[in-house]
Amino acid sequence: MRLGVLFSGGKDSAFAAWRAMGKEEVACLITVVPSNPESYLFHTPNIGLTALQAEAAGLPLVSVASAGVEEEEVADLFRAVSLAVEEHGIEGVVTGAIRSVYQATRVQRVCHDLGLWCFNPLWQRDEEEHLDEVVSSGLRFIITGVSAAPLGESWLGREIDPAALGELKDVARRYRMNPAGEGGEYETFVLDAPFFGRRIEILRASREYRGDRGMFRIDDARLVAK
Amino acid sequence: MILVLDLSFRPGSLSAEEFVGPVDRIARREGKATLIRHYTDIAPRDLASVDAAILCGTALADFGYLGRLERFAWLPSFPRPVLGICAGMQVITRVFGGEVTPEVRIGMAWHEVIARDPLLAGKGRFEAYELHTLSVVPPASFRTLAASASGPAIIRHRERPVYGVMFHPEVRNEWLIQRFLSPIRPGPGNEHEADEGERAR
Repeated sequence: MRLGVLFSGGKDSAFAAWRAMGKEEVACLITVVPSNPESYLFHTPNIGLTALQAEAAGLPLVSVASAGVEEEEVADLFRAVSLAVEEHGIEGVVTGAIRSVYQATRVQRVCHDLGLWCFNPLWQRDEEEHLDEVVSSGLRFIITGVSAAPLGESWLGREIDPAALGELKDVARRYRMNPAGEGGEYETFVLDAPFFGRRIEILRASREYRGDRGMFRIDDARLVAK
Repeated sequence: MILVLDLSFRPGSLSAEEFVGPVDRIARREGKATLIRHYTDIAPRDLASVDAAILCGTALADFGYLGRLERFAWLPSFPRPVLGICAGMQVITRVFGGEVTPEVRIGMAWHEVIARDPLLAGKGRFEAYELHTLSVVPPASFRTLAASASGPAIIRHRERPVYGVMFHPEVRNEWLIQRFLSPIRPGPGNEHEADEGERAR
C-alpha cells in the first residue's frame, strides 16, 4: 500500500514513518506549514526545514501553507492530503499521534472523506517506553521548543541522547508532565533517522526564551554524509 | 491467558499497532498473560488454552473481517468470556444473527447506560471515542446495555458473558477492559457474574 506520512519534522512523525516503512511503501511526506505559531493541529518550530529532512530521506515532500486558524486547519489538511493523492497516488495516511484525540479525529475524518486508509502506529503507546524505543532506534533529535516551566532554556537545542532522556523522564515524573511532550510541553527536530541517507548538520541557530516559553530556531543547516 | 484477536486486513499489519497493541498493553498491565493471534490464524489449541477472548477493532477503511465470517464460526460455542470492540462487536452481531448498518461516527461522544450489568456498575453517562462506519442491530439473544446517538454502544448476550462495545475503550475508557478482565482467572470457574437484568426476571 502506498502511504503518505504527515510529517512535522519532529520525533514522533519521523518514528511513525520508520514504523510504516517496515510494513508498507512510504511514497511521500506531507507537511502543512502554519503561519500561526500557535497552530492547534500542526507542529511549528522549524517546520520549513522538513524539505531538508525529506531530501535526507530521499522522499518527495508535499507541502502546503495554512493560516493556522483552528478548524480551517482541517481544510488545509484536506488540501495537502488531496495533493499527495494526485501527485503520488497514496492510498493511506500515517500519523505520529500518540494520545491526541483532537488530532486523530481530524485526520481520521479527512481520510474517511477522501476514501483513504488511516494509520496511527504509535497510538496509545506508553510514552516512556516509546521514548526509549525512539532513542534506541538510532533516531537523533533535539529539543526546538519548550512551553512548560520545568523545561527551561537549557533544554533548547539539546540532543536527547540516553543521558538526556533519563533527565527528561525524571522531570516529567516530578512535574507530572507528559514525557513525550504530547501536551505541547516541548517540540523536537530530527537530525538523523534510520531511513535518512544523509544526516542534518546545523550551521547556525538562534534561541528565544521568554517567560516559560522558548524556541530554538535553525537558521542554516546542510546535509552531510553519515 | 487472554486471546487478543487481530481483525485487521492482514497478519502483522500497521493497523495492529494501533488497535491490538493498546488492548494487549492494558491486559498485561492488569497482570494477564496474552496470546495475540490474527483471526485467520487461530488453531483449536489456541482456543482451548485461553480463559477469555478480546476481538479488537481495526481501521475505518477495513471491512475484510466481515467478508470472512466463517473464520469466527468458533464464537457461538466458545465457553469463555468474550469482549468484541468495534469491528469485534460487528462480528459478534453477525455471527449470532444480528445485522450491521451504515453509521459513520468519528470522535468523542456521550454514552448512556440503559440497563444494569456488573460490567457497568456505578456508570451512568460517560464520553467515549467512536471510530466506525457501521452500527449494529443486535441479535435477539443480546440486550443493549448502553447507547449513544449512533445506536447500541454496549451489548451483552442474555445468558453468557459475551459483550460487544462499539466505541474504543482502549482510548480514555480503559476501565471497561479492566473490569472485563478482573474476574478472569486461569482455568475453570472464571465466569463473570450473571447478568443482573436476567437474574431479576
